[in-house]
Amino acid sequence: MSEATLEGEKIHLWRGERHVLRGVSFRVTGGECLQLTGPNGAGKTSLLRTICGLSYPEAGAIHWRGEDVRRDLPAFHAEMAYLGHEPPLKMEFTARENLTYWIGVRRRLTRAELDQKLERVGGERWADRPVHTLSAGQKRRVALAGLLLMNVPLWLLDEPTTHLDVDGQRLVGTLLDEHLAGGGLAVAAVHHALMMSERTLRSLELGVV
Amino acid sequence: MSEVSAWSAALPAAVPERRAAPSALAVARLMLERDLRLAFRKASQLIQPLAFFVIVTTLFPLAVTPSLPELRRIAPGVVWAAALLSSLLALEFLFRDDAQDGTLEQFALSGRALTGLLVAKTAAHWLLTGLPLALMAPIAGAALGVPQAAMPGILASVGLGTVTLSLIGAVGAALTMGLRRSGALLSLLTLPLVIPVLIFGARATQLAIKGESYSAPLLLLAALAVLATTLAPLAATAAVHINLE
Repeated sequence: MSEATLEGEKIHLWRGERHVLRGVSFRVTGGECLQLTGPNGAGKTSLLRTICGLSYPEAGAIHWRGEDVRRDLPAFHAEMAYLGHEPPLKMEFTARENLTYWIGVRRRLTRAELDQKLERVGGERWADRPVHTLSAGQKRRVALAGLLLMNVPLWLLDEPTTHLDVDGQRLVGTLLDEHLAGGGLAVAAVHHALMMSERTLRSLELGVV
Repeated sequence: MSEVSAWSAALPAAVPERRAAPSALAVARLMLERDLRLAFRKASQLIQPLAFFVIVTTLFPLAVTPSLPELRRIAPGVVWAAALLSSLLALEFLFRDDAQDGTLEQFALSGRALTGLLVAKTAAHWLLTGLPLALMAPIAGAALGVPQAAMPGILASVGLGTVTLSLIGAVGAALTMGLRRSGALLSLLTLPLVIPVLIFGARATQLAIKGESYSAPLLLLAALAVLATTLAPLAATAAVHINLE
């Protein structure tokens, strides 16, 4: 397998009558974070969903480690994590149960690992409360714990700092920095600047249509 | 090569990581456990189909006639129509909740075969609606004057028939999971496909009540269940993928 790189090649995507992505190209390698900026409706979420293979682009391709991701989507999915607008959590479950089932499908989890990541996001006190009793920011933190537990090189994040306090935003920046320092890569759609090292950050501005 | 290739350099470590991935069976069991646990947290949703079944079957003696021989004659139709409709009642929630909160999307992006996960979810649905219905059907039958000797036949036919109902229903549920009010459309999609189950199920029940051999319609129900098991999960997977886009 070759080096961890993610490339987009002249991606065109239509959403109904709208030509959302018009020939978007990018390249991210290990240790880099690509932030997607642009006004609402510019196609940031659409691009992220196209990268994970949820949306089919009309033209263009996504390459992971030099190969078209469509050739083996499951293998690509096993190496990436996607966090959308809303944390993917069951309101009836506790934070711990949510992570057990969400991440347990991908890999075996140990209790110690779960505790450690929950503590990392500051959730040790409310880990056993049903998620519907948690605040929006706490739910986001549970999602971040899930992101860490997946233990994958590629992070695709949609507005990772929504609902988070300053402390939480700083946490996202630190987690990203650590992830990149370990050779991982990230693509993040953002409205507010990420509180992370500028050195590894690159920007791609998506235009309005 | 620079320091950025740490993930590819870490590959020897990543291979045992891959091996540490749980087996397909373990994943299916985890999914089954999740859905059962979730269902018991939402008890009202769990009881609703069963309550509907009991109410419909007990209303018939009140509305039609208290005469047992006559009730016995209509019992197969009553039990089966009620079972069919109450099994549809719970279908709406099979994938929709998971689709709305984004958990289904995460399962689709987990790198695991989605088909296996959907089969596990459908199995959970059968355990929560089909199995209770099968256990309740003989009791409802007793209220309609069905002789005790016919109970195993009713239990077997409803048990087998609901397997097919759950599986075909899963395809309909997957197709309509993106809609806010999918109930009517879901019934419209599913009911025509499950008519054979109704016909052979009611026939098996009828023969069982008469005390005759009901193995022929029961075998046909089993054949339908096998057919649905092989084809429905694939159709449901394709439908989920379409809806996630």
